[in-house]
Amino acid sequence: MRLLMLCVLPLLGALLAWAVPLAATMRISALLIVAATHFALLLSLWVSPAPPALDGWLAADPLGLIVLSLTSTIFLMTAVYAVGYLQRVRPRGGRMFISGLLAFLGATSVVALSQHLAMLWVGIEATTLALAPLVFHRHDRRSLEAVWKYLVISSVGIALALLGIFFVATAQDGVPGRPLVVGDLVAHASLLQPAWLRAAFLFLLVGFGTKMGLAPMHTWKPDTYGEAPSLVSSLMAGALTSSAFLGVARITQVAMAAGQGPFVQPILLGFGLLSLAVAAVFIIGQSDMKRLLAYSSVEHMGLLVLGLGLGGVGAYGSMLHVINNGLVKSWLFLVAGNIVLASGTSAVLANRGTLHRLPVSGVLLILGLFAVTGSPPFGLFISEFTILRAAFAAGHPWIAFATLALLAVIFVGMAALILEMALGTPDDGHPRVRESRWLVAGPITLACMVLVLGVYIPGPLNRVLALAAVALGGRAP
Amino acid sequence: MHTVPQLVLLFVVLTNFGVLGTTRLSTCIRALALQGWLLGLLPLMLASHLSVHVMLLATGTLIVKGIALPWFLHWAIREARVRREIEPLIGYVASLLLGALALGLAFAIATRLPLPHLEESLLVPVSLVTVMIGLIVLTTRRKALTQVVGYLMLENGIFLFGLTQAESVPFLLEVGVLLDVFVGVFIMGIVVFHINREFDSLDSANLAELQD
Amino acid sequence: MNVNALLTLAVLLLAAPAVPGIAVRTKSMLSGRRGAPVLQLYYDIAKLLRKGSVYSTTSTWVFRIGPWVVLAALLAATLLLPLDGTRAVLRFEGDLVAFAGLLALGRFALVLCGLDTGSSFEGMGASREVTIAVFAEPALFLCFITLVLATGDVSMSGMLGAPLVEAWPRAAASLTLVGISLFVLLLAENSRVPVDDPATHLELTMIHEVIVLDHSGPDLAAILYASALKLSVFGALVVSVFAPRTGLGPVASIAILLAGIGLVAVAVGIVESLTARLRLNRVPQLLVGAAVLAAFGIILLLG
Repeated sequence: MRLLMLCVLPLLGALLAWAVPLAATMRISALLIVAATHFALLLSLWVSPAPPALDGWLAADPLGLIVLSLTSTIFLMTAVYAVGYLQRVRPRGGRMFISGLLAFLGATSVVALSQHLAMLWVGIEATTLALAPLVFHRHDRRSLEAVWKYLVISSVGIALALLGIFFVATAQDGVPGRPLVVGDLVAHASLLQPAWLRAAFLFLLVGFGTKMGLAPMHTWKPDTYGEAPSLVSSLMAGALTSSAFLGVARITQVAMAAGQGPFVQPILLGFGLLSLAVAAVFIIGQSDMKRLLAYSSVEHMGLLVLGLGLGGVGAYGSMLHVINNGLVKSWLFLVAGNIVLASGTSAVLANRGTLHRLPVSGVLLILGLFAVTGSPPFGLFISEFTILRAAFAAGHPWIAFATLALLAVIFVGMAALILEMALGTPDDGHPRVRESRWLVAGPITLACMVLVLGVYIPGPLNRVLALAAVALGGRAP
Repeated sequence: MHTVPQLVLLFVVLTNFGVLGTTRLSTCIRALALQGWLLGLLPLMLASHLSVHVMLLATGTLIVKGIALPWFLHWAIREARVRREIEPLIGYVASLLLGALALGLAFAIATRLPLPHLEESLLVPVSLVTVMIGLIVLTTRRKALTQVVGYLMLENGIFLFGLTQAESVPFLLEVGVLLDVFVGVFIMGIVVFHINREFDSLDSANLAELQD
Repeated sequence: MNVNALLTLAVLLLAAPAVPGIAVRTKSMLSGRRGAPVLQLYYDIAKLLRKGSVYSTTSTWVFRIGPWVVLAALLAATLLLPLDGTRAVLRFEGDLVAFAGLLALGRFALVLCGLDTGSSFEGMGASREVTIAVFAEPALFLCFITLVLATGDVSMSGMLGAPLVEAWPRAAASLTLVGISLFVLLLAENSRVPVDDPATHLELTMIHEVIVLDHSGPDLAAILYASALKLSVFGALVVSVFAPRTGLGPVASIAILLAGIGLVAVAVGIVESLTARLRLNRVPQLLVGAAVLAAFGIILLLG
């Protein structure tokens, strides 16, 4: 029951926000209420697990629970931010904005909780549709180009993923168990036809990888993250990428259970290293903050897939990294949103001296730089370290060295840009801008969470992460 | 080579090459419409027994892929007042040769992916070749509308493959067709309309401002 | 030497000039005119044979012997075709390469004549003709390869004879594609619309017509007859693919052959009426399309 509520409530809210003419303040309140209720329901799942719904199609298994928790948290913080944002900006298509956001929450909840591959696919497709009008909010040339690229590339990826799902169904021909249900697939994995399963893995990796923003299917990311409103980018970088990663994780789960590890892992490693390399190349010399963060997202997607491909402790590291990365990206994008609200542009050169103009955001920006590049004491250090450990354990030390080298390059590139933005004197002596409580509450909370995770991983979370790692064919440290 | 479904599948491949080789947009759309009609006939021919579900699937596919989407694309052409495609990125001759290569590849891959219980053994290679040619059209054509046609061909290829699994996961095919409707019509159509209004042309070279 | 084969060959040689006439007549009737009589080409050839040839001062011996080389090559190519459905007058393993080579020899001689005149129009026509040949030859070979794969026989008499009848039930789709491809090649090699318009009078738009612009008298008669024969030969190819006539009596097989070629000529006329001439840079596209159809046929046979 609770699982159904988690999926249906946001969708109802979306319908309400779109169909019923409400005052703007009422709509924003609805957004907050739904976000808070969703979060409360999620917390209840941690306290007492809910039974599967819909004949086993919806269930909160460890992988899904992690992604759902991340999504709900990020959404709540973004909703709080949205209050402050919508006080200052009136996006064109006002009703679509709120209902799009809520529809996104519903769709990602479906993705996280779905145990049926087709339902997971429908959820991801729904996120594409829900976000498209949000990316296009400004109705101008640049956002038109961004939304066009986003739609074309995402739709092709989704279509290829559908073909992959058909391949899974073919692999399941004659095998006992309900078709396309993850639990049954894993239980009878040794009976699945290997050729079809491998083809399915390839197509699902490419398809969901497109939604994740894995190289070389990442080309839509910088444009989309750059042109969309920052809070939409925060949702995309935090929640959408994690949901798409869940799709990849599910097929990896099945493939590892079927003994296809030797086929699957090199491919994952290849994509992971490619994403890291592409990110490193494009971060140097970047001139726009949001595009910089988009390439950083590509980098972290590469790390996620790398961890999955290394196996062993790498699986644990990947799942931990899902949480850490999601929180940090959301934090950074919301801070970027504040910067854009104050100066009107996200170009680095126009935003020098942020520390003076927006003190809280400036501090959060500098801290965020260290967090996103994996410095202690932030949580990403732990997850990245775990993944590197797995590289050594798996007998591929050169992967670890290559990763370290690329991470170093990325650190230098990002630091150059962000420090230039944060420090220095503002160009035309802008006065200090008063930062609304709504606009900084979210980022501050997220930063605290990442800090905590860097020092101590709570018991229940550790347990769930360990279970998730085992499901992916790895182990807990 | 003597069964009707095989002939239909051969015609599907011919329509693929038709879209690949023609310069006039309305001919592209007509080839796509013909493909939609052929796809609508296939569930009826391949099903072991004609249940209500099969009839609904066939009718729905026919209406969506054979009538509604081509009509919508024709409307978009009239709105945007485009008639011809500009020389694509790799030239028409090269496109046709690439399509022939894709055909060979699809058949080669299909021998590695066996479906022993299936009587209609042409479904796998034809679906793969339709997917590949859809991707070729999508990536090498310049006009936004032709890219949409390429995407719809990609979808048709996936639908074709789905027919092999029609018995075991029945509703999945309808989901795929719905995907066509949502993505192809509502969103891309609206965006094409906006692109035309903004740039007064559908050349996607206009959409190259954002880059690193 | 098979009597049947010789007989059919003689009939074809006699009937060849009527074939373009049928095409032209069909086209005229579809335009609402009465058009020239079907046997017009016979009268033209007779008239030309009575006249003398005029040679330009810039032309050499190449120009004088060219038309006869064309005619000889085409006659030799006709010898290789199994017109009666079982045996050609001349057969050996791999004679399909000789067939293509003889057609190419004919084209080569024609092009050389064109260049020999020293006129710019003919030179332009010659270069266009050779460009089209570059795309048409591979398509022709792909069609032949399909036939070889379908029948397992490497000589033309085998490819278009008895083994083809056995191959039809198995390889119907591939053979249909080959037939269509050969029809497109017919249009290209014989300079019909949509590749070249035989009825145009603007030299800048001609391909084949402009090369033979300077010939006169018996030379021109030879060239006109050779063109008609080429059209009949290709028509016979198309007919043999769709209706292999093995095992029928001589009269029946000749009748079917002539009727088939007549039908092909009518089809050419219809196509000429319905389509417009393609822009020159689209012609390779058409021919590559024909090649792709044949390749599709091959893939179907292999897969």
